[in-house]
Formats: sequence, C-alpha cells, structure tokens
Amino acid sequence: MVSSNFKVMFSLYNSLMPRFLFFLCLFLPLTVRAALDIEIVGGAAQQIPIAVVPFTQSVNPADNPTVIIAADLRRSGLFRLLETGGVSPLPRELADVKYPDWTALQAQALVIGKVEPTAGGRLKVSFRLLDVLKQGQLAALEYDIAPTQLRQTSHKIADIIYQKLTGEMGVFSTRITYVIKQGNRQSLMIADADGYNPQPVLAGTEPIISPAWSPDGTKLAYVSFEKKKPVIYVQSLTSGQRVVLANYKGNNSAPAWSPDGRKLAIVLSLSGNTQIYTINADGTGLQPLTHGLTIDTEPQWSPDGKWIYFTSDRGGSPQIYRIPPAGGNAQRVTFEGSYNVSPKLSPDNKLMAFVRRGDSGKFQIATQELASGQVQVLSETARDESPSFAPNGRLIIYATHINNKGVLSVVSADGKVKQRFSEVGDVREPAWSPSTN
Amino acid sequence: MNKKFAISVIMSLFLAACASKPIEEPKAPTTDNSPPAATAPAPASSSSDSSSSSSTTSADSNAAPKAELNPLKDPNNILSTRSIFFDYDKDEVKSEYRALVEAHAKYLVAHPNAKLVLQGNADDRGSREYNLALGQRRSVAVRKVLNALGASDTQIETISYGKEKQRCSDQTEACWAQNRRVDIVYEGE
Repeated sequence: MVSSNFKVMFSLYNSLMPRFLFFLCLFLPLTVRAALDIEIVGGAAQQIPIAVVPFTQSVNPADNPTVIIAADLRRSGLFRLLETGGVSPLPRELADVKYPDWTALQAQALVIGKVEPTAGGRLKVSFRLLDVLKQGQLAALEYDIAPTQLRQTSHKIADIIYQKLTGEMGVFSTRITYVIKQGNRQSLMIADADGYNPQPVLAGTEPIISPAWSPDGTKLAYVSFEKKKPVIYVQSLTSGQRVVLANYKGNNSAPAWSPDGRKLAIVLSLSGNTQIYTINADGTGLQPLTHGLTIDTEPQWSPDGKWIYFTSDRGGSPQIYRIPPAGGNAQRVTFEGSYNVSPKLSPDNKLMAFVRRGDSGKFQIATQELASGQVQVLSETARDESPSFAPNGRLIIYATHINNKGVLSVVSADGKVKQRFSEVGDVREPAWSPSTN
Repeated sequence: MNKKFAISVIMSLFLAACASKPIEEPKAPTTDNSPPAATAPAPASSSSDSSSSSSTTSADSNAAPKAELNPLKDPNNILSTRSIFFDYDKDEVKSEYRALVEAHAKYLVAHPNAKLVLQGNADDRGSREYNLALGQRRSVAVRKVLNALGASDTQIETISYGKEKQRCSDQTEACWAQNRRVDIVYEGE
C-alpha cells in the first residue's frame, strides 16, 4: 500500500515539478529559486511545419527530449509544431517512416529519435531530421550521456534542427543572466535560455545592476552596491571566485567587455564627472577614454572591435555616440528624438538596439540600422530597459513592466515574434550569454 | 501514515531541489556605533548647532552616556534632516535647502574627524546607468555648496544610487519628486 501511494505521488511530483517548484521554493528561508515561465505572443509570417515524434515514454517529462525540442522550436516563433498523435504506429527507426503519413499532415520536416539506457546507468540519445518533401535525411546524430545531461542534449538537438532548417545558428543551448528583487533582497541569477535551472550567482540586500558576460562565457562582470556604493566585480562562473575590478572614489559602473575579453570599458565618477575609461581585465592599466563636463556612460564595444558606442548628453540631451577604443573624436549616432540610450550592437555589427523615449514619454526598445539610420520601434510596452542581443542576432531580450511589475521580454530583431517571461518577483537587467558553440 | 510518508518524501525532494550556493553579499563593514560628535570637544562645538538641545540633554543625562543626544540624530536639530530634493531634470540645490546644507557644512568644519557620504538619487524613469549619472550630478552639486561654505573634500564622498533606492513606485509626479534627491549619511550610521 505504501509503495503504490508513493508511485502515484512521485509521478505527480514529476509532472508538476517544473511549474510548482517555484511556488514551493518561496516558502524556504534560504535564497529563493524560481523558474521563469514563458508565454509566446505573435509569430513569424511563414512558419515551417514540423513534426517531432516522441523519442520515449519513460523519461521524466522535465527531461523529455521531445517536449524540450518542441518547446524550443515553438518558442523561436519560426516553427509550427504538428500533432503526431494521429499517426500510428509512430516511427522510431528510419525504416518505419512512411512519408505519405507526414505529407498528409503537411509537414515539411520530421524528427524521430530514441533514448536508450546503456551500461553504467548512461543513456544513448539518437535522432534523425528528415526532409518530408524530398524524402531524405538532413541530419542524424547520437549522443552518449549521463542522465543529468538530457536537457542540455535536447537543446543541442534543437539547435541542429533549427540550423539545418533556417540556415541560422540556434541559441537554445545559451543562457541568460538577470537580477530578481523579492522584498528587500536582490539576487543575480543565471538560467537556461528557456528559463529553466535558475542558479544564483550573488545574493544580498543591496542592489545589483549591469551584469555583462565575458566573450568566452566563463565570467560575469557586474555592479554591486554591497559596499554602500557602486563597485564593479568580475566573478568566475567556473570557480565561483570573484575579484573587485574597480572601486575608485565615487561610482564604478557599466562594465563592458572588449571582443577579445582582455579589456573592459567602465564608467567612473572619479574625476568629478561621469566618464568612460578602459581597464585591463586584471584591473591594471586604467585609461580615460572620454573627457569633459557632461555625462558619458553605457559603453559598448562593437563586435568588430572598431568602436565603443556610448550614451552622452554632450549635445544637450542623452544620445548615442561612438568613439574609437584608442580615443579620438566621437561621432553622433542617434538623431531622432530627445532621449536615446543603452546602445547594444548585433553580432554582425549592422544593427543597434537601444532605448528611446518617444513623444508620448514611453521608454521603448528600438533598433537602428547603422548603414541607413532607419529606426524601428520593437515594443508596445512603456517602461523598457536593458536590451541584449542573442548571439545569433535574431532575438533581443529586455526588461519591461507589466502591471507595475518588472518582467523580461524577448522580441525578434524584426519585431514579429514576442515572448514574455513571467516570474515570481521583480525581474530586471537581463543579458544574453555568448554562444557555447 | 502512508500519506504522511509520501508528503515528507515530496517535501524533502523539494528542499533538495531548492538548495543552491550563491555568493552571499558580506554585510558592509560597520565602524563603531558611537557618532563622531562623541569624540569631538563637546560644549564649544554644540554652539554651532542651531539648537541648544544637545547641551541641555547632556546636563540632564543619567549615568548612561547614550542618553546624550547626538545633534545629528536630534529631531529638533536641522542636522537630523538628511534629504535634499530636486526639480525634474535639474541638479541645482534650491534655496529652500540652503539652511540645511549650511548646517551640515558647519558641522563638518567643527568636527574635522566627521565624514559623510552624499548619496545621489533619480526617479525611476529611464536607463539605470544614465540615472546613476544623474544622481551623481546631484550629489556633486550638494558637495560644491558644502565646499563653498568651507567644508573639506576629505570629509565628503559623493556617490549615486541612481534609481536603485526608490522611496515609492507609483508612476506619479508626487512619487518621482520624492526620488529626485540627495541623502546625507554620516560615517558610522
């Protein structure tokens, strides 16, 4: 009797865990963990119809490759996931695939796969991506993994499917960082790009802002107020160790890594005015970059290393400028409107995401095509902040407010696909990790 | 009994899943709690305060030294007022705060060991880093008035909290006005 009750409760726990884990975590006295929940709004005009056949029935739903792959593809907004239940029996081997079943569903692509236990408690995960129209194979791979790697492997498979069918690099294996505020506590978190596995990096009662990933993804620079003033730290995500990068008199903030990871641009009020400096990643070699009596802040290195973009009010209102990293004359970049701040460059150097205050007073995420100067407003919310590009340049994560609560939102760079992350608590300051490929 | 067993198993699984090891911010080092005034020569300095309540209180005090009222904390003393508010998009110290800033300048001059931090703040509209810089403009503006009144920079630090220390969160002018401010915090507080 004990064992049957236990089985029922255990499987209930398994299916509910992703959703309810964060509710239960709220009642624990220690650092709170919560999963991000994602809602998709809008989709691309033309979505690729794809069927993902279940790989297995026996795995914990939170680690089920089929569920994870389908959710990844759906979340990108570029795919329409088809119901596979009508096909019987469902194929697991290539030889079992009957293409007419799938053309009948108007599928363009089909994914079949298996999860098989192997020696030593390990698993073999294999899949095939098939082109339904051409009746040919686009990809087939096998992974020998520990069960704890099932989620990560499923994201890798989704990346391959995405890349084969769209020609673009997938970002399902990437991570995001963000700050969550609950009551008087703030925590700097890292989670998978789908919001799962949130891990705290820093926690306390003082504010944390401006997290920035090193280009190799192994470190986070951030600003913490734990010393009762803004100080820049660099923390290794592999060892957990951290160092103070800059604690000069006054404020130390807005760290931004150079593309080769050897330097950072930072903002100090040391001189009496808020100005941009560069510094070596080991904290040596502080050099002023901008000068003058106005505010210069929010530096961002362009991915090609040629420019540092920044926010300045040297022209009388906050606008975006750029300057060579070695110093020199600054060029103005934004010309529309009276408030343009928070520049971020796309990985291909062609597009700049930023925050603009429109005529109605709303702060909104926008992009500017650098070659043409063309500006497109991407959001419909009113208090946007902190845009960050995904490493494939296609998506932008940012913070905004819904019903006066801080939430994270993702929008495609062309504005067509939107996702909203909801959280228990006030979330802000997101940054997308570099690619792990 | 079966149910209790199952529930306790589930609770322990949740607890295990919720465990994590982040860096917990160390508490900011606090200097000793006695205010700077306690170490300064008493009667002569308190005459520079606009109220004489401190000397009266110390005369009345019982054996316990903490009955002596620190002018910085005395609600009847202008020195216990610590916030200066600013107009939208401005960093000028308005004339209505002149007496307040003067009192703090005089206190610093009379207590060479006293140190304070000017914490600049901005309302919550716009980018965090730009607002950090706006808050800094305000703390620097207060510092300049203190300097003009004789206070030394060795006793003053200017920093900004930007929009990270909001006193309210309504999207109204009344709330934004409360957050455009500089807070004066003495060392040891």
